[in-house]
Amino acid sequence: MGFASFLIRRILLGIVVLWFVTVATFLLFFVAPQDPARLLAGKNTTAAQIANINRRLGLNQPLIVQYWHYLDRLLHGDLGTSYLTGTSVNTILKQDLPPTLSLLVGGVILWLIVGISVGILSATRARTLLDRISTTGVLIGITFPTFVLGLLLLFAIYKPLNQAGFHWIQTGYEGPTQSVSGWVGHMILPWITIAAVSAATYTRLTRGSLLDVLGEDYIRTARSKGLSERRVVYRHGVRAALTPVVSQLGVDIGTLAGGAVVTETVFGLGGIGQASVTAITTGDAPVVLGVVLMAALFVVVANLIVDICYSILDPRVKLA
Amino acid sequence: MSLTELEFQGETTGSGPVQVIQGRSPWVLAWRRLRQDKVAVASLIVILLLALLAILAPVIAAWVGHPPNTPYTNQGLSSTGLPVAPSSTFFFGTDDLGRDLFIRVLYGAQVSLLVGFVSTLIGTVLGVAVGMMAGYFGGWIDTVLARSTDAVLAFPYVVLALALAVVFGPSLLEVIVVISFFSWAAIARVVRGQTLSIKEKEYIEAARSIGASPMRIMVLDILPNLIAPVLVLATLAIPTAIVFEATLSFLGVGVQPPTASWGNLLSQAQAFYQTSWWYLIFPTAFLLLTTLAFNLLGDGVRDALDPRTERLFAAQRKRGRARSKGAKPAATVEGAS
Repeated sequence: MGFASFLIRRILLGIVVLWFVTVATFLLFFVAPQDPARLLAGKNTTAAQIANINRRLGLNQPLIVQYWHYLDRLLHGDLGTSYLTGTSVNTILKQDLPPTLSLLVGGVILWLIVGISVGILSATRARTLLDRISTTGVLIGITFPTFVLGLLLLFAIYKPLNQAGFHWIQTGYEGPTQSVSGWVGHMILPWITIAAVSAATYTRLTRGSLLDVLGEDYIRTARSKGLSERRVVYRHGVRAALTPVVSQLGVDIGTLAGGAVVTETVFGLGGIGQASVTAITTGDAPVVLGVVLMAALFVVVANLIVDICYSILDPRVKLA
Repeated sequence: MSLTELEFQGETTGSGPVQVIQGRSPWVLAWRRLRQDKVAVASLIVILLLALLAILAPVIAAWVGHPPNTPYTNQGLSSTGLPVAPSSTFFFGTDDLGRDLFIRVLYGAQVSLLVGFVSTLIGTVLGVAVGMMAGYFGGWIDTVLARSTDAVLAFPYVVLALALAVVFGPSLLEVIVVISFFSWAAIARVVRGQTLSIKEKEYIEAARSIGASPMRIMVLDILPNLIAPVLVLATLAIPTAIVFEATLSFLGVGVQPPTASWGNLLSQAQAFYQTSWWYLIFPTAFLLLTTLAFNLLGDGVRDALDPRTERLFAAQRKRGRARSKGAKPAATVEGAS
């Protein structure tokens, strides 16, 4: 099985998954007890006005026809327009992407660096003070729900610093195009928030996995042929120990999207996650469909990348 | 598995009165090990105290004289309309409407523990059923069940939970349904793996050869061997469910005010963290204490049910002691680096 055919198969599978997501989300919002026309028109409206809105939005047509129109627009790259504001969903997603992307990329980098490096340190110094401190830290990290950690960071760091007249750390979002330092100041607390819980899980995972690997025969062989400890651990041990970590990453990407929703809400970043909460609670179906589809696309692509990394780390794994 | 403990039940040889040595069941042994684990016992006490406070919440509210949903606009709010700090009248201070925060936190414990236990119970029953069928039958049944398990595990579940929450309309029942729907998959995956290895054992073959139905084999022969791992997973699923409920309520799609839940208390507290620390800190402390206690208890149950880990830890401890005795200076240098 070559790499090209693997890629083609996975992309086809990804398209099937995405199609399934559109059907599921569409059905979910059809059975929802909310009436978008009534929502749009406000409280005091006549039946004629509602019928008018329904006709304008195409909501009086059978579900299958509505779905067909949606799919047709989708294939032309048009995600529809918001029921509430009338803006195009494409525009909404484009506007809200930068904060979400900043949050996810920065958060994942922070979480992998901290999680894996503390895990390695903790495994190579098993049962020392450092190991015990990191194990306790992991337990605390796992205990903290994301939104609680965010609120506590606001309370314990943002509030005292700003009261002391130190205004670098801010809430809300500011793009890196104006000033990189301002961007980091706005993003640092959200990054810590989204990374902490996962970093704790990855520390635990890396530590356990590396301890297992270091007990293997080939590590003893590597030691006995006189390799330096550093080389044994980093070249022979870590590489094998990272395979379960990478496969866990594929599973956790879905969790990450959830973490983004919560983190954006706590810090008022105004990204896609926050937009989705508003859209869902107001029953703005086109926006919800757009967000869910984008999240699904993100999960599919990220899983593909994870699988490729997996096969690079462990040559025994065949791409299939 | 832990069910392979040796039992010795016979007469001792030698002189003196005949003594019968009683065999101890693996469960008795596990319970003994759990009782010796100080952290687990402390966690269990914390959880029991919390449950007691939650059950007695109406009694305590009556005793203090502050019903959970009554706003005290005169005593409970400052002259500028802000919540008042903890005092002998309001132990945890008040919220933004002048309600007694202490009583509301106790009522919140009711919601958290109820959701935690009920949705874990439903999720566990579903997960065991799905995992056992997938593992036992194999073939296309396994393919369908295992794929859907993976799909549920990989989906951005907060997003879907939000959508489901809106469809069902936010309520306590909705929260339990949504959390149960997402908690079975992790359990199903482990149960499937265990079932795959158990079904190859000789005694299952023996059961099949005397004509036992698949249902009978699954319930009578496989299920008892799954109880230990499932118990551990379920204990660890409770804090996850509690956090999930708090998150949904925090986002406004879970338990709705005026019913108090730790999540919706924190959601309201978010606007007041600059001025009223108690509003944020007390619900947070209860939430963290609860999840920490369940996590520690789960770890304790795992160690108690799996004799292998205990021996492993004992060996590690012994080795650790020998090491620190043998080379004290080196160990401290390593620890400090």
